[in-house]
Amino acid sequence: MLQVIKNRLEQGHRTSKYPKEPINLYKRFRGLPKVDPKCDGDLLQRCADACPQNAIDAKNCRIDLGRCVFCGLCETLSGGRFATFTQNCEMGTASRDDLFTTGDLPALAEHSKKHFKKLFGRSLQLRQISAGGCNACEADTNVLNTPFWDLSRFGIQFVASPRHADGIHVTGPLTKNMRAATITTFEAIPHPKVVIASGACAISGGPFFGSDEILGDLNSIIPVDLYIPGCPPHPLTTLHALLSYFK
Amino acid sequence: MDKLLHIQNNEKVNRADIPNLPFDTFRRQLLECAAAGGKVVQFFAYEDQGVSKLLAVMRTDKLYVGGCDAPDSFASLTVESEIFHMFEREIGEQYGLKAEGHPWLKMVRYHANYNGKKDVFDNNYKQEIPGNYPYFTVEGETVHEVAVGPVHAGIIEPGHFRFQCCGERVFHLEIQLGYQHRGVEKLLQSVPMKRMPIIAETIAGDTTIGHGLCQAQAIEALAGLQVDEGAKIVRTIALELERIANHIGDLGALSLDVAFNPPAAYFGRIRGEYLNLTQILGGNRFGRGLVRAGGVTHVMGDEQKKLLRDKLVELTPEVEHVNHLIFSAPSVTGRFDNTGKVSRENAEKIGLVGYAGRASGLNYDARVSFPTECYGELPANSNSRTDGDVCSRGLVRREEIMHSTRLINTLLDKKEEAKPYTPQEIQLAPQSFVVSINEAWRGEISHCILTDDKGGILRYKVKDPSFHNWTGLALSLRDEGISDFPLCNKSFNLSYCGFDL
Repeated sequence: MLQVIKNRLEQGHRTSKYPKEPINLYKRFRGLPKVDPKCDGDLLQRCADACPQNAIDAKNCRIDLGRCVFCGLCETLSGGRFATFTQNCEMGTASRDDLFTTGDLPALAEHSKKHFKKLFGRSLQLRQISAGGCNACEADTNVLNTPFWDLSRFGIQFVASPRHADGIHVTGPLTKNMRAATITTFEAIPHPKVVIASGACAISGGPFFGSDEILGDLNSIIPVDLYIPGCPPHPLTTLHALLSYFK
Repeated sequence: MDKLLHIQNNEKVNRADIPNLPFDTFRRQLLECAAAGGKVVQFFAYEDQGVSKLLAVMRTDKLYVGGCDAPDSFASLTVESEIFHMFEREIGEQYGLKAEGHPWLKMVRYHANYNGKKDVFDNNYKQEIPGNYPYFTVEGETVHEVAVGPVHAGIIEPGHFRFQCCGERVFHLEIQLGYQHRGVEKLLQSVPMKRMPIIAETIAGDTTIGHGLCQAQAIEALAGLQVDEGAKIVRTIALELERIANHIGDLGALSLDVAFNPPAAYFGRIRGEYLNLTQILGGNRFGRGLVRAGGVTHVMGDEQKKLLRDKLVELTPEVEHVNHLIFSAPSVTGRFDNTGKVSRENAEKIGLVGYAGRASGLNYDARVSFPTECYGELPANSNSRTDGDVCSRGLVRREEIMHSTRLINTLLDKKEEAKPYTPQEIQLAPQSFVVSINEAWRGEISHCILTDDKGGILRYKVKDPSFHNWTGLALSLRDEGISDFPLCNKSFNLSYCGFDL
């Protein structure tokens, strides 16, 4: 018992005050990229060709956050003249098209499905489905339940059964072998329900795009309401997206 | 073993130098090696100009490689030595080559084979259900079956578990995976070079550095790239940070599984602190984008060193105190002791690796046996308790956390700084072979590359430690209460995606 008290005193209170106070990330962190629209055409093309994810749309000088894995190669190659990765984590969007960006995303809170705010703003129960992910998205979602983030203080919880859930939070590129289980889980959730695609995999197949063992796009089998980009999304990206979309 | 070729870890070998033996000789050589205590690092099939071939890398205290032309069906090696059992199932699934006499020849990941041969398991892959197969059953009046998954109750990867029980007692656990199968090896054999590191880093996200490093080393060997001392230091530190973060997370989760919540809360938060240290090094909590063939993308300067050092000074006593809290609580040790035992004999038979192997008394640590990066000059770890139970696996991890911390502190004192990173064109040597081995946090990871006559990748083989160890989890449940499954499971914490590829 004394041991427990001693450790309790040492650990203290560690929960972040977010969103009242911002969380600052170290300068090397790669968040939302900022694209220079006046970037030299040759350099832009070089970055687009080198991008491992083919996430750079050279014609329109923008990056597809749904494919980007935030490896930072385009920043290194261009010396920051095409893109720089900022420490801004706020990247969730309500539409796939918005993820094609130069670095200015629309305010997520202003999305069109306002009824979700009324329905789930005070209590949101999510069922997580891992559909072929590498377990990084899963791990950094799980982190939201640790004392620093303390997700449940916002009335948001990940629940054990789809019968208890208001929606699904899907990670992974939807392997063929998980297709049936994903659809069954979704169908087991009572209406009205919300669908969240988390991470590059669920949005575009991520690192595995082009594989014939995956479907590679959640939206192709279940319409997606909220997109959370990243590889994996930082816990702050997920938290910001959930709070902005539902609160 | 005299007919196998002795090789080094990360050594470029001409494929012509690898002995291509008659199958019977090949089989006998591998079995001889296994009988002498040798273990399988790699054993896989591939096709070269329309001919199916087998290749094996065995380890004793040295590494050996050998190959053969593969018959469509061959006498199973598993009959004589269990360490081949999973590899033979994989060979059957990937290339339609049947190991005759294999005691339980079932699919591994549930996918059609690569070369259009007749399916060894007679599966119809239009049915997208890996679990669609006659499971092992136990019959009897008091016997019942519990089926769990693929979708589990928490935020966890999918997999299917079948327990054959008598009341609360588990006779047998069968594990069917494959739900996470993304076709990683096929991708690595077909995608442009620029995509390779991104895929390697996502073979198992919690082992980003481990798999990324294995690939980088294999490519460096085949492309003749040199890595400077400073980059090696960063890579070694990153691999050790990955080990610490995962061990801490799992010790917290183990505590939670026996309903002792405070350490779970503390370690949940502290694990994040170590992930953030990796982020200081390379801009991502999992180490994405840090390790690349030829070096590291970010230099570790004085600023980063100081941040790491200061944080370690702050965290290390906290970690020790929480560990002490866990392992001194009678309610915890009462559940950990003698639960989920894997005997040394069984561990030896199935070839357990990593902390699971060390907890059962198998000393193997790839950092010591086949050192890469800075490990040659760093001291090895030793373990105080090796009874093969949950408690041993927990204690091994507790000891490894402290050992890794000491290694990082030693490396932080070194002066060498990595050169700034410049992406470069990579050309692999033709007709070559390389195997790379590293001790990632779960155990021995190995990547193997074979190139064709133009330097293209003919075969890319990945082996995650989980490929060995899932069988260990099944064994640990024998004769245990089914309520101890979460505890046993967490003490192994194996990778679904690393296994499923």
